[in-house]
Amino acid sequence: MLDFRGLNIQGLAAAINDKPILKGIDLKLPQGEVHALMGPNGSGKSTLGYVLSGRDDFEVTAGSVTFNGVDLLDMQPEQRAAAGVFLAFQAPIELPGVNNANFLRTALNAVRRAHGESELDAVQFLKLARAETKRLAMPDDTLKRNVNVGFSGGEKKRNEVLQVAILRPKLAILDETDSGLDIDALKIVADGVNALRGPDFSALVITHHQRLLEHLVPNRVHVLADGRIVRSGGPELARELEKSGYAGLMAEAV
Amino acid sequence: MTAVTETLDTVQSVTQSGYKWGFETTIEMDLAPKGLNEDIIRLISERKQEPEWMLEWRLKAYTAWLKMDEPHWARVDHPPIDYQDLHYYAAPKKKDGPKSLDEVDPELLRMYEKLGIPLKERAILAGVDPDTVQSTQIAVDAVFDSVSVATTFQATLREAGVIFCPISEAVREHPDLVRQYLGTVVPVADNFFAALNSAVFTDGSFCYIPRGVRCPMELSTYFRINARNTGQFERTLIIADAGSHVSYLEGCTAPQRDENQLHAAVVELVALDDAQIKYSTVQNWYPGDANGKGGIYNFVTKRGACRGARSKISWTQVETGSAITWKYPSCVLHGEDSVGEFYSVAVTNNHQQADTGTKMIHIGRGSRSTIISKGISAGKSNNTYRGLVRMLPSAGNARNFTQCDSLLIGDQSGAHTVPYIESRNPTAKVEHEATTSKIADDQLFYCRQRGLSEEDAVSLIVNGFCKDVLKELPMEFAVEAQKLLAVSLEGSVG
Repeated sequence: MLDFRGLNIQGLAAAINDKPILKGIDLKLPQGEVHALMGPNGSGKSTLGYVLSGRDDFEVTAGSVTFNGVDLLDMQPEQRAAAGVFLAFQAPIELPGVNNANFLRTALNAVRRAHGESELDAVQFLKLARAETKRLAMPDDTLKRNVNVGFSGGEKKRNEVLQVAILRPKLAILDETDSGLDIDALKIVADGVNALRGPDFSALVITHHQRLLEHLVPNRVHVLADGRIVRSGGPELARELEKSGYAGLMAEAV
Repeated sequence: MTAVTETLDTVQSVTQSGYKWGFETTIEMDLAPKGLNEDIIRLISERKQEPEWMLEWRLKAYTAWLKMDEPHWARVDHPPIDYQDLHYYAAPKKKDGPKSLDEVDPELLRMYEKLGIPLKERAILAGVDPDTVQSTQIAVDAVFDSVSVATTFQATLREAGVIFCPISEAVREHPDLVRQYLGTVVPVADNFFAALNSAVFTDGSFCYIPRGVRCPMELSTYFRINARNTGQFERTLIIADAGSHVSYLEGCTAPQRDENQLHAAVVELVALDDAQIKYSTVQNWYPGDANGKGGIYNFVTKRGACRGARSKISWTQVETGSAITWKYPSCVLHGEDSVGEFYSVAVTNNHQQADTGTKMIHIGRGSRSTIISKGISAGKSNNTYRGLVRMLPSAGNARNFTQCDSLLIGDQSGAHTVPYIESRNPTAKVEHEATTSKIADDQLFYCRQRGLSEEDAVSLIVNGFCKDVLKELPMEFAVEAQKLLAVSLEGSVG
């Protein structure tokens, strides 16, 4: 089992303020694959993202999570980041007075240090950051602006994807990164993630919409309801859900 | 942006040691007996070889002080101070004042080296265009306990006509200028601590920029309290004659001690027509330990008079040290269209108490002032902004803009904002904005999720919060200030 490359969640249960949210999740996401996580509001999708990335408001009450064989649950959030776990926030946080370039370079160098790699100086970093900014069709001043301050909803989401592109995590958890994006932006974001796909990149894409999955085609689709995975399947499962909704599945789950 | 990254890089090395300026230097001292009376004042005046008028001035202040009471309106709390249990004069032993750096006690020079002060004249940054080298040099006056021990770049400054010397020397060498301006901005009986300072001040810096001269370099004073049970009472007087410009920096440190030490300084600035003074402080007196034992009582009166039309005085302060800070750098805006500015970052951690702010007194028509205050409270500390904006009847069309932001770290610290606004002219305009926020858990988590350690995350967020003020500091100080912010807040989260 230790040889499994990727994210391995077994029997994971978590609660906030003693209220159980996740009630025993089993999910295997092999490295190199993209899985979609769908499900009705309140089913625990975002909670799963937070628990995987180490937010301490949530208490893990049972189960285990390993990533590339390493126990994630024992680690601080920054250690998980160094291990390659990235959470694109559903509502990205504003950092007044902290400019995007400085934030990203500090983060990138922290991760590089953790890997024993040399840090990038300002010139090297800006070259990299400008190229990625351009590829995601974001305006030139993006890097100069304060992190998420005064960004529109769509800009914030794209800024999260810019961070993925620059930080190059091994596992990106995208929490409704498509919501608030217009069709063009959605395609750019999907292309941005697609460009990262490869043997050492995996993504867990939390979404309500089939639309994103048309551009960012997942290897597997899982449906979460009331804290459990109730259904897993191929890309066609997402299309099926788009037509029939969650109601049928919910009935099955009971 | 490099500055913040540099902060993050250096934080680790710096934070290991806590207050790294806490060393004590062993130097033979000439120490006056404890206590305050006329004889002590005569002794100080004699040691400084002062003329009679200066002694009289001191004695007048002392008489006024005797009739005054220690103020207790600030939101700070301390046991009673025994003013008779202090030494009012302490000086490194030496028969004559040093004539050049070569005569300065090597122990002292080593200490200043430890403090990172560029005391030796030096060519900065090899390879820099020679034309710009001049402007990156800093002239330093170093004050050790009660005396100024060395002033650098005297010759270069003299060529430009700038006088920059210890105030004790100015009293002897430039008596007319000193008599004309000393005590005209902060009168001897202005307040309890100013009166005390006027009676016993021992040294400090004097600076005169002649008409139309742009001071060729930054001027800087480093203050160091070293001797035990010694009060430091420095006095600084800066006069910018018509059309002149000067930027002045001030830094302060003290050894780490269990007992409290008193620091009561007075700074007076005078700006004549079209003159500009920029005064920056990085205050890093020993703040006491994590349990609130020891630390400096910093009771300081700083005031600038914009006497001339279109004159401008700008205060920038980064206050991270001291057990107690009581300090309100102010501007009296006499001149028509004169400008006063106050940019402040005050950080308190553990048991520190700060009551700081500014006063903007608008007298001249069209005078303008800006106040940007950033207070950061962590641990069990209390941080108060206290500010006065007064528009006098003569101040037609005067304007003020005030912004006070407080940032709380943890749940046991306090932030308080006490603005006083008085407008006696209907055309004057006063704006006040205030916010209080906490470093939100989600901000910390967001940064940590991207790979930053908790302390680096706090440092980044705090530096962002203070950016509007830090950008006002001269480059050399900005980097130092950012490091200080990180050190001051070490261990404040988690």
